[in-house]
Amino acid sequence: MSHTVTEPLIEVRDLGRDFTVRSRRGVFRRTTRVVHAVHDLSFEVGAGEMVGYIGPNGAGKSTTIKMLTGILVPTGGHVRVAGIEPSRHRRELARRIGVVFGQRTSLWWDLPLRDSFDLLRRIYDIAPERYERNLQEYVELLDLGDLLDTPVRQLSLGQRMRGDIAAALLHDPGILFLDEPTIGLDVISKGRLREFLRALNAERGTTLVLTTHDLQDIEALCDRVIVIDHGTAVFDGPLDKLRATGGASRTLVVDLVDEADPITVTGAEVVKVDGPRQWLSFPAEASAAPLVAQVAAAYDVADLSIQEPEIEGVIRELYSR
Amino acid sequence: MADALHAVRSYALIAALWVRASLTYPVSFWTMTVGGLLVTFLDFVGIWFMFHTIDTLGGFPLREVALLYGATGIPFRIADMLVGSVEKIGQKVRSGELDAMMTKPVPVLVQLCADRFELRRLGQIAQAVAVFAWAVPIVDWTPSRVLVAVSMVVSGAVIFFCVFVIFSTIQFWTVDASEFANAFTYGGTTLTQYPMTIFTKEIVKSLSYVLPLAFVNWYPCLYLLGRSDPYGAADWVRFASPLAAGVLVVLMTVVWRTGVRHYRSTGS
Repeated sequence: MSHTVTEPLIEVRDLGRDFTVRSRRGVFRRTTRVVHAVHDLSFEVGAGEMVGYIGPNGAGKSTTIKMLTGILVPTGGHVRVAGIEPSRHRRELARRIGVVFGQRTSLWWDLPLRDSFDLLRRIYDIAPERYERNLQEYVELLDLGDLLDTPVRQLSLGQRMRGDIAAALLHDPGILFLDEPTIGLDVISKGRLREFLRALNAERGTTLVLTTHDLQDIEALCDRVIVIDHGTAVFDGPLDKLRATGGASRTLVVDLVDEADPITVTGAEVVKVDGPRQWLSFPAEASAAPLVAQVAAAYDVADLSIQEPEIEGVIRELYSR
Repeated sequence: MADALHAVRSYALIAALWVRASLTYPVSFWTMTVGGLLVTFLDFVGIWFMFHTIDTLGGFPLREVALLYGATGIPFRIADMLVGSVEKIGQKVRSGELDAMMTKPVPVLVQLCADRFELRRLGQIAQAVAVFAWAVPIVDWTPSRVLVAVSMVVSGAVIFFCVFVIFSTIQFWTVDASEFANAFTYGGTTLTQYPMTIFTKEIVKSLSYVLPLAFVNWYPCLYLLGRSDPYGAADWVRFASPLAAGVLVVLMTVVWRTGVRHYRSTGS
C-alpha cells in the first residue's frame, strides 16, 4: 500500500518534553531532578500512512502522543499536526483528529452508546446526513448494532473499544491516534479491529498512528515503524528493514521420523531439541533451500517449517545497543 | 462569540444528558432531591434554634440573619449546581478522563463543570430561596435596592464559581487537594451565613481583600438593610460586589490557563 506523500501531515522536529521530579530528602532538603521523557525527536508522517510507534514502557510513547494531540505542552522543539500547533489550538485540532486511548474510554460511562454518539454529533457540529451515513457504516463494520442502547458500563472491553473507535471517527478525522488499541482484547476482537483499521486506511485514506505493545498489531497494520527508546527515535523505517537491522536469524523446524542426535549441517546450528523435533537457527538473509536439501539428504524427515525472525527479538536487540 | 455560544450550547447538551441519565432511576432521583431539601432545611433550623436563647447575633435579629443566609445560599447553591463538579478535577486527572476531554472541541472547563450535572441540587437552591423570601419583608424595597439584590446574586454566583475553579486548579499540581478546595468553598459559604460582626477585624479583612466572600452577601446586604459597615468600610464598598467578581474572573482565568499549561497528565 503506497500513497503519494505531498506535504507531511505530522511534522515533529527536535521535540522534547522534560518533567521536573521533586523528591524529599530528610525534613528540609529537597532534590529536584529533570527527566527528559522525550528529547531530540524528529519525524514526519505523510497523509495516508500507517505508522507504528513502539518502545518499552517509559520510553516516551504516550508522552509523544499526548504532545501530538495537544494534551501536553512540549518543553522544546517544533510540532505541527495538520498544520496546527496542538497545545495552542487544541479545540481546532480536535475537529481534525480522532484519539482513542486503549486503557480508558472517552464515552460517557452511564449512558447508552447511542446517547454518547448523539452528543458527539452535536458538539462536533456534524451534518445530520453525514452523521447518519458514518454511524450506519461504523455500526455495520464494527458490529455495534445490538449494543447501541446498552450503557457503556455494561459493555465488554472489546465492545467498548469498538464503541470508542466509532466515536473517534464520527467527525471524519484525517488522522487517527490510537494508544494501545488492542490492550486486553481477545484474539478474535484484535483480528476484527485490525481488519477494520486496514479498511479505514484503504478506503478513506485515514492516517493512522498507533502505539502498541503487541507486535502483531504492527505486522498486521503498519508499513512503517518508529522505535523509541529513552525518549528518542532509535529506528524509523519499514518493518522489513527493522527485521534486517537486528542481525536477526530465522529458524528451521525439523520433525524427524525418529529421535536423533542434534543435526549437523553447514550454515545452521541446532538451538533446541525436543524428542524428534529440532530447531535450527540460520542467518535471516541466507537462503533456506540448501539447508533443507542437506537435512533431507541426511535424515528421515517427517515435516519441515521455517519461522521468520521474531520482531520482538529484533527490537530487544535494538534496545540493548 | 461563536466559540462562546458553542461552549454554552455544549454545556447545556452535556448537562441535559446527565439529567436524562439520572431520571432513568426516578426513585433514587426523587429521594436524593427531597433528602437534599430536608438536610439543607435543617441547616437553617439550627440557626433558628439559636435565636431561642439570643435576640440578636452580632447585632442582627433573626430575619436579618436569614437575609444574609439566603443571600449567600442562593448564589452558592447555583454555583455549586452549575460548576461544582469542577472540584472532581483531581479524580479526572487520575482516571485519564481529563486527557479525553482535552481532545474534544469543547473547552475543558465547560466539560468539567457540566460533568455529572445534578438537577437535584435545585432542592437546595429552593431552600435558600425560601429562607431569603421569608426575610424579604424586612427590607424597605426601592428600585436601587432591587438592582443591588439582583447584582448581589449574579456577582455572588460568579465569585463562588471563581473560588471553585481557583482552588480546584490546585489539583493540577497535587491531585489530592480536593478537601483543601472544600475548605474554601463549603467552609467559606458557612462563614458568610453569619453577620461579619461576630468575627474579628482580621477575619473580616481577609474575607474582603484576600478571599473576597464578604462581597457575596455582607456588603450588599448592608445596603439592603440601610446600614453602614460596622467595621468602617466606605459606603461605596456596599456596591462593589460586581467589581470583586470581575477581579476574581481575571485571576481565575490566569490560574486556570497556568494550570492547563502545566498539566502533566498521568503516567501512561
